[in-house]
Amino acid sequence: MSTTAPHHTEPRFDRDGTWVGASVRRREDPRLLTGRGRFVDDIALPRMAHAQFVRSTVAAGTVTELDLTATRRTPGVIAAFSAVDLDLGDITAILERPAAEFVPTDMPVLARDRVRFVGEPLAIVIAEDPYAVEDGVEAARVTYDTAPAVVSADQALADSAPLVHDNAPNNTLLDVSLFATEGIDDVFAAADHVVHVEASSSRQNALPLETRGVVAAWDDRDEQLMVQTCTQVPHQVRTVLARCLGRDERTVRVLAPDMGGGFGQKCVVGREEIAAAAAALRLERPVKWIEDRRDALSAAFLAREQRYDARAAFDAEGHILALDADIVCDMGAYSCYPFSAGIEPLMASAEMPGVYRVPAYRVRGRAVTTNKAPSAPYRGVSRPQYVMVMERLFERASRELGLDPVEIRRRNVITTFPYTGVNAVTYDPGTYLESLNLCEQLVRDEGWYERKEQLADAGRILGIGYCCFNERTGYASDAFAKRKMTVVPGFDLSQVRMDPSGGIVVTSGTMNHGQSHETTFAQIVASRLGIDVARVKLQQGDTDRVSYGWGTFASRSVTIGGSAASLAADRLGAKLLHIGAHLLETQPDNVELHNGAVRQRDDHSRKLPFSEIATVAYLRADLLPKDTEPGLTAEASFDPAGDGTFANATHAVVVELHPGTGQVEILRYLCVEDCGVTINPQIVEGQCRGGIAQGIAGALFEQITYDSNGEPSCASFIDYKVPTAAEIPDVEIHHLETPCTLTESGAKGVGEGGTIGAPAAVLNAVNDALRPTGIELDATPITPQTVQRALEARP
Amino acid sequence: MSEQHLITLTVNGHDHELLVAARRTLVDAIRHDLRLTGTHVGCEHGVCGACTILVDGAPARACLMFAVQAEGRDIRTVESLGSPEAPNDLQRAFSEHHALQCGFCTPGFLMLAEGFLTEHPHATKSEIRAAVSANLCRCTGYQPIVEAVDDCARKRRCAPGPAAAPSATQAADTTTPAGPARAAADPGHGQPDTPRSP
Repeated sequence: MSTTAPHHTEPRFDRDGTWVGASVRRREDPRLLTGRGRFVDDIALPRMAHAQFVRSTVAAGTVTELDLTATRRTPGVIAAFSAVDLDLGDITAILERPAAEFVPTDMPVLARDRVRFVGEPLAIVIAEDPYAVEDGVEAARVTYDTAPAVVSADQALADSAPLVHDNAPNNTLLDVSLFATEGIDDVFAAADHVVHVEASSSRQNALPLETRGVVAAWDDRDEQLMVQTCTQVPHQVRTVLARCLGRDERTVRVLAPDMGGGFGQKCVVGREEIAAAAAALRLERPVKWIEDRRDALSAAFLAREQRYDARAAFDAEGHILALDADIVCDMGAYSCYPFSAGIEPLMASAEMPGVYRVPAYRVRGRAVTTNKAPSAPYRGVSRPQYVMVMERLFERASRELGLDPVEIRRRNVITTFPYTGVNAVTYDPGTYLESLNLCEQLVRDEGWYERKEQLADAGRILGIGYCCFNERTGYASDAFAKRKMTVVPGFDLSQVRMDPSGGIVVTSGTMNHGQSHETTFAQIVASRLGIDVARVKLQQGDTDRVSYGWGTFASRSVTIGGSAASLAADRLGAKLLHIGAHLLETQPDNVELHNGAVRQRDDHSRKLPFSEIATVAYLRADLLPKDTEPGLTAEASFDPAGDGTFANATHAVVVELHPGTGQVEILRYLCVEDCGVTINPQIVEGQCRGGIAQGIAGALFEQITYDSNGEPSCASFIDYKVPTAAEIPDVEIHHLETPCTLTESGAKGVGEGGTIGAPAAVLNAVNDALRPTGIELDATPITPQTVQRALEARP
Repeated sequence: MSEQHLITLTVNGHDHELLVAARRTLVDAIRHDLRLTGTHVGCEHGVCGACTILVDGAPARACLMFAVQAEGRDIRTVESLGSPEAPNDLQRAFSEHHALQCGFCTPGFLMLAEGFLTEHPHATKSEIRAAVSANLCRCTGYQPIVEAVDDCARKRRCAPGPAAAPSATQAADTTTPAGPARAAADPGHGQPDTPRSP
């Protein structure tokens, strides 16, 4: 399990009738490996024009003049539109909460007069080619009445702070206390030990390697605006587009092509995709916008800038008695659609107790607005942060109580399921204790504890850190409704259709952007129908093919989309059996699906290939049973029951600190994960490794900073340090499997777990290495400067 | 408007006459004039490597060259490798090791690796890792890419042909790739090929 060596790809189908559990080769690979993928910038339409944006160069203030005269005169420029020219509705995300808890803010597609961050779009320029459009953007003249910028949460919350939005007092967009156990102060007062952690994480960019982009064109024949855009949420883009343009949704078709990653940045609606579509309508020409990297780093959605002031009470044996957390998330200039600026603080508040039995819990979560690029969900959403805080609390308690850091976790993790926590969430079965024990055993068996001691004698500084965590995957409508969203994601729809030759098309409202849905959904449906996986094709990313869907985020695709596809396949299977029994002239209960045919249970030699049944269903309807409609199409929706399902994992990290440079080197990375039934083990491991790499990136490297005027300091990859193969270690992955009873396939989501566990594990390992210094770090990224300063404080 | 230049680009063995502005980048000419869209653009400042192609056999960033600079050079893009029906050995290794997820960086890594392995057929796994660190991937965590390239290199060395006769030193390198610093810290179960970060 330690390498990516080719996995067993033999289908178990022949043996036991299922493709689930085999590392079937990816359906996506042949085209992506040969340069035949179709990404948004690969699309070219006749008469296509190119768009870019005039963007604010100041973080706060009022535009006193937006002069596009020279822009419009620039050779090659076709048009330039300001907010007034396009007159579009705003993008607004709303939570149904009292004004004291949530303030809705409108994000105009193009800023009207007020600007709130450097990079905010003011005008869209359209030209004949992508070079001329840059000339046109440069020719724009904008004058500002600059105002003082609010660039940190502290500044935002200060008494005399300027207001980023006039309707948001204290620059606070959300201020909610979801839980406050009665008598919690008495618990703290009476507790044997109370530990306190103030932790923070820096602003990050989810950083899909493909930047955002769109090609929009009006189609006269379909009377539709065709919007090809790289989005994780095609239907949400359609809904917002229709609202902003004041049109029926029927007249907007959103198509998502191959996507070069998203990681959350593309699961909200971007103002640029709306503006480009509006420009295409206005000009009656196709318009393409491809975000450049500078804009992607400074003006796209960011995430993760959070700070925690957290206390935990423990008894003398190290059992946690209470948790009290004050969470402040710096969400930047606007609420994102559909989640709103509440996304980060509400996620943290709802889930923070995690894998631990916490009897009393009080939390206050705030979203503050600042003059920085707005935030969107990023892989893991707050969980990398609150897990880091929980793990820091347990590490600190273990030190103060003289307990082994793994032992204190053992005493506190949930071991009986279902378990309803103090956060009113019911956890389905997982392997919290088992993963912790196995992970520790692996570290011990490899001799790292001894090695650490031996090398310490030689002056080398090693540290070992753990992180035990869970992750709710596949949030149901109920879960999002609890957050008081007025647009409530949760369910998804799927259609499974057999064509007259026996081939299968599956549709899903989820949206692959690297997760291998084309492969795993085919495995799921092929297993249900007993058909060769090669005959099943998934279609996603077209709002005309699925009536509605919620796209891909929050590890929801296999749990929700996969379950909908399973149910639809079952319905189609039932119809195949019904027709098959009729044609075989046997009892309905005497047939089964097997290897691409309906066969008789009592005589396996009597069978009808699906192609023959499909032929009857479409071309010989006269032969169908009297009660059966022609065609072979089945649909289903799925919305998880209860509180959804929780995947879990324990990570262990061994680091070495290098005095002189302060560099943190990861010597060993182990992951023991449980995502229920693995549809495709190799793909699961890929999600784990990639997630861990992004978690390490957040732990050690990535940081979007601003100067005191709100000018972003990271406009290129020179300033924003994305780790390479030289920094990211190999990861050894071990699987535990607790089949999920809440999803059709038994699978839990796996897209985000790696990212969630890595920051805490790395931070704990660094702190373990720093133990002789007495210094404990509580902020990410852990920079070499911080480590070096700590090492210099060695006694 | 800037002056137009009539140039001939030799891409994947074919000559193409193009009229381009002086400022047109090579990657734009390849993608949008020749419609070879397998080469991708990730940063336009030479860091991410998504646009990596081979110029006279060596990996180069197509976003950092102007099309007019590429006249007379032998340019190879991902489209010169195998087809979906008949991928080449490196493409097969990428698929077998799950060395791609979204696939956006993949053509760049493939061309980087093709160029590197041609120059260094006996590269050790840690040398491959160092070479692969020239490009960014946001999905895989790099391990599968390193292992795919290493796997392909090993198989190429085993295949009949001039590359199949490594020197004794090089052969030893491939089986014991541990660097001295790493070997000291590793108790024997870790991944000995991970180099220290610079």
